[in-house]
Amino acid sequence: MNNFLAALTLGAGYNSALVAIGATCLGVAAGVGGTFLFLRKRALVSDAVAHSTLPGVGLAFIIMVMLGGEGRSLAGLLLGSAASAFVGLLAVSWITERTRLAEDAAIGAVLSVFFGVGVVLLTVIQTMSSGRQAGLESFLLGSTAGMLFSDAVVIAVGGAATALATVLMRRPMTIVAFDPDYARSIGIDVPRIDLLMMALVMAVTVIGLKIVGLILIVAMLIIPPVAARFWTDRSSNVIWIAGLIGGSSGFVGSAISASAPALPTGPIVVLVCAAIFFVSLLAAPDRGVLAAVLRHRAFQRRVHRRQGLLALSRGEPIHDVMTLRVLSGEGLIRADGVATETGRSAAARAARDERRWDVARSLYQDTSLPGRYDGLTAIDTVLTRDEIAAIDREIGGPAALDIKGAS
Amino acid sequence: MGAEFVTLSLTPILIGVFAAIACALPGNFLILRRQALIGDAISHVVLPGIVVAFLVTGTTASLAMMVGAAVAAVVAVVLIEAIKRLGRIEPGAAMGVTFTSLFAGGVLLLEQTDTSAVHLDVQHALMGNLESLIWFSGEGWGSLLDPVALADLPVELPRMAVVCALVIVFTIVLWRPLAITTFDEGFARTLGMPVNLIGFTLVVMAAIAAVAAFDAVGSIIVIAMFICPPAAARLMTNRLSHQVLWSAAFAALSAVLGYVAAGYGPIWLGGDYAVSAAGMIAAVSGIVLGLAVLFGPHRARVGEAVGEG
Repeated sequence: MNNFLAALTLGAGYNSALVAIGATCLGVAAGVGGTFLFLRKRALVSDAVAHSTLPGVGLAFIIMVMLGGEGRSLAGLLLGSAASAFVGLLAVSWITERTRLAEDAAIGAVLSVFFGVGVVLLTVIQTMSSGRQAGLESFLLGSTAGMLFSDAVVIAVGGAATALATVLMRRPMTIVAFDPDYARSIGIDVPRIDLLMMALVMAVTVIGLKIVGLILIVAMLIIPPVAARFWTDRSSNVIWIAGLIGGSSGFVGSAISASAPALPTGPIVVLVCAAIFFVSLLAAPDRGVLAAVLRHRAFQRRVHRRQGLLALSRGEPIHDVMTLRVLSGEGLIRADGVATETGRSAAARAARDERRWDVARSLYQDTSLPGRYDGLTAIDTVLTRDEIAAIDREIGGPAALDIKGAS
Repeated sequence: MGAEFVTLSLTPILIGVFAAIACALPGNFLILRRQALIGDAISHVVLPGIVVAFLVTGTTASLAMMVGAAVAAVVAVVLIEAIKRLGRIEPGAAMGVTFTSLFAGGVLLLEQTDTSAVHLDVQHALMGNLESLIWFSGEGWGSLLDPVALADLPVELPRMAVVCALVIVFTIVLWRPLAITTFDEGFARTLGMPVNLIGFTLVVMAAIAAVAAFDAVGSIIVIAMFICPPAAARLMTNRLSHQVLWSAAFAALSAVLGYVAAGYGPIWLGGDYAVSAAGMIAAVSGIVLGLAVLFGPHRARVGEAVGEG
């Protein structure tokens, strides 16, 4: 626990502090960048992009070794991965545009084929005598052990630049995500914005290779926006919240991973993110599961209350357990099921409302009013006082109701 | 093509072919239903499945692994549905959330437990180990008739053959309901077909194929074979029956060519070592798909001219 607190305050050593800063920047960039992908309903394109980085890493290594270098320069490997991710991206859009295959088939084809080629290249590298080949596998699942200062700088600067670019371009990207046709009509170059969106995703993927690895970086792009979506209906807020969720899972995840051995950074960061997602799914106001359950319960109570009151007004016995509980809970009936004073007046009001609705529905047949009748809405929230007065004249005045109502 | 081929290459090629066909058949329907990435999701969640199975049983016996993987696949499918409905999230994102989280959990469990003594690691899960499935007693083509030598076949071969046969039988028996629910769900409902049940059965069948194939050849081949051969076949014909046959042929072709290219290609090119067969099979299936995209007779959408546009 102390280790965890130390790591949270960046006090667990030079290396883990670097990792924490890098992971936080990456998380923010991924959350913000992934939002547009999610809004555009193309979340899984990032999976294809991530997997197609692998052959680039392998090729870059081979080329660097052939040129006489050491082959492990992070910048060089990332450049290679970006190039092949771009080719993968082109392949996805080429297949979807040129043929009748759907985008999901194109994504699956590109990710498996590129990944397969990457694995072939990795086995080629394993047989090469020159170069320190060990370590390329770490791009699969990320590896933060022994991260160099220069690596951390690359990640932090790249993450910050990506996040900044996303924030600057958020207006056109939001419009394209929601309504490409409208975007075109106001002069936005939709293909170019789409390309930019993908370039940001590519940047996040490439930067994240070192920390999270290419298999799990998809999670950092998808989970934060999905979780953020629960908390708000405004796209501008989704962006900030997703960035916040991504950043904090990067930070907390790297702190947890630094606090004990055998806790690999990438999976821990993703699991923290998944935990935030589940909390959001359950507890978010309005869109969360808990809120939906509460809303349903409240609705149930209203139905039972209304039906119970109508039964009271007609003098019918009530047998339903929930109705009895609701009514006695509000002090409308006594324990033996007989209506109290307030219960009787409430029942009379409910009965009058119901009769007014009956009349109103036949009076206003050709309007939208009958559609608003759900047995719960009070009529005076729908009609004006004058209209209700007209209905009451139709019914025959309140005198008829006063017989049963409170005197 | 002598005794050495029988010992070293015959069983891996056969296993590869069976695995490829077993995955490609359900892949046809998954692609038409726009569920192509279910295969991707399943092959990711297999990892936590086998790790948990190992932790529970303490063995790496194939049966335990396969049960664990199958359970994980079903859990993942249920989770995806639950997230989709409870959170009102689009299917792709729900899938992305589920399989990445489960995969991360699997990697973490793997790191936390001491599995160094047993053959259980992420790389194996991804890349399989096709090359190691050697038939030691197979000393020549004559061994195919020798019951003692046949008893020594790698256990993966009969298992994969059984699963492949199972998938073929499933496809033939359920052909009509599968085809009708895939193309016209509303019509299938009016016929009184249990549409959801058929869809779920298809996914379970895909999961069984994926889990069995994964054990022998790793998840890359599984994902590639779910998608590439059926996608290529889709560009060759408009008839579903022809498409399924094309896809089986493409799958078998990819497996054979890929294995040969991986095992013998580098040697022909002057290298000393073979490269990953699983990766090469995926790459070959990609080449097949690429050719189909360029030249397939039915590559354009209906109503569009073949070629530009």
